[in-house]
Amino acid sequence: MKRVNLVITILVFIFLYLPMIVLGVASFNTGLDVATFKGFTFSQYANLFRDESLLKLLGNSVVIALLSSLIATVFGTLAAVGIFSMKGRMRRAVMTMTNIPMTNPDIVTGVALALLFAFTGTMLKINSILGFWTLLIAHITFNFPYVILNVMPKLQQMDPDLQEAALDLGCTPMQAFLKVVIYEIMPGVISGALMAFTMSLDDFVISYFVTGSSFITLPVEIYNYTKKPIQPKIYALFTLMFAVILILMVVMNLLQARSEKHSKLHNEKRRM
Amino acid sequence: MKSKLLACPYIVWMILFTIIPLGIVFYYALTDSVTGQFTLANLAGMGNYLPIFLRSIWLAMFSALICLVIGYPVAYFIAQCKPTTQRFLEMLIMLPMCMSFLLRTLAWVAMLEDTGIINSFICAIGLKPLPLIRTNGAVILGMVYNYLPYMILPLYSVIMKIDPRLIEAALDLGCTPRLVFSRVILPLSGPGILSGITMVFVPAVSTFYISQKLGSPGTTLIGDVIESQFKTAYNPNLGAAMSLVLMVLIFICVAVMNRFGESDGEEVIAKV
Repeated sequence: MKRVNLVITILVFIFLYLPMIVLGVASFNTGLDVATFKGFTFSQYANLFRDESLLKLLGNSVVIALLSSLIATVFGTLAAVGIFSMKGRMRRAVMTMTNIPMTNPDIVTGVALALLFAFTGTMLKINSILGFWTLLIAHITFNFPYVILNVMPKLQQMDPDLQEAALDLGCTPMQAFLKVVIYEIMPGVISGALMAFTMSLDDFVISYFVTGSSFITLPVEIYNYTKKPIQPKIYALFTLMFAVILILMVVMNLLQARSEKHSKLHNEKRRM
Repeated sequence: MKSKLLACPYIVWMILFTIIPLGIVFYYALTDSVTGQFTLANLAGMGNYLPIFLRSIWLAMFSALICLVIGYPVAYFIAQCKPTTQRFLEMLIMLPMCMSFLLRTLAWVAMLEDTGIINSFICAIGLKPLPLIRTNGAVILGMVYNYLPYMILPLYSVIMKIDPRLIEAALDLGCTPRLVFSRVILPLSGPGILSGITMVFVPAVSTFYISQKLGSPGTTLIGDVIESQFKTAYNPNLGAAMSLVLMVLIFICVAVMNRFGESDGEEVIAKV
């Protein structure tokens, strides 16, 4: 049985990474067609770095992802602390609201926000309201749940005595939060922020509905490209991003392993 | 008392950008596109799209089941590895989720095309090319490929938490390994199966990119129709009505599944 599972696991990993390999190989191809490999070249990468419009779109994506994940992380963490101190019906109502963007399909979230912006646009008599601000609002909205759902479990795991001890020792509630609570929930805050950042960077469906021609992100432009013949430098960009994310994930993995080891030792000391 | 107020900015934001937009979807769905008068015509027109709704549900459900069948052994295998290996494999499952799903789907187009990678391979060994792209099968493949990680991750996190003592107890009491699996492990992974199916079904039933790229006009899905109402045919009222129906449909599917889940859970407790 275990051998069967191993074989299936290997096959599934091949299946998951096959398209990455195809795009990676295509990024070194001299020919335009992905299906036939004509010769090896780095010129796609050179073209990529010479293409200012493409780099600008990547910059747009990064700006939106950074801003939206930062805002969502700050206000989402505060909100999680607030929700944590709520009880009963109030808490359930806020959590249901938090789950709406998670359970609704992206297309519905996108369409709903697009209609809101269209409605506001006609009210304010602005022709093209869609652009940077609408995109930022949409991204903050769908990033919030990732932060809150990552921070809430950490608040639940936190030892409530720690905060009380800080208050007993003369901290103001604000100081107790800054000096104690924030450290305890930090892993949740970081993983929420990272999740929000990657979701925002890669989002296509919602952005597609709330963006105008004045401010376009990379995924939306890739969608527009795919209607025309695709340019091979996109494959080069994909391969580079794959490498960057792979390195980031490996580093995070190692850091996490180290901090877990550290906290294990820490807990053992505490018990002694 | 004071800390509850921390959630205020968040609550105001979510009311403005998730609750009100959903209200506007209702408003558009129930008004006429030209006169702006109240009408049920948009919703009544849904009957024409019944085949498309049914096709979307069928394809998404089928994909979710395939994901379960191939995802379960993978999740089970990962859960039985050493902790460091587990973390590494989990990372490899998450990595594709961070990469542009548009480009990964395009890679499948390059593989499945009539003159694509798979067909040139088939021709090279002297067989006739197969009609791979623009079929239901290709759309299902695209869905399984894109959403498989959403099945594996919840399954893995549930299987990992199963108390090994329960398995030992079952073995001690004379269960064969096969019985241990069907009586203990499978029922206990129920919540993971349910959330996995939901997480695959919801994006799959509402996708429009996968069916545009890998499907044909004969495999139009509900997401394609909604997208076209906003981007090409420009009838946001009809689009809003369809989004509304899609939302209700998903809500019903999820509620039904959760109901199943609850009764399953009770049975498990009763058995244990």
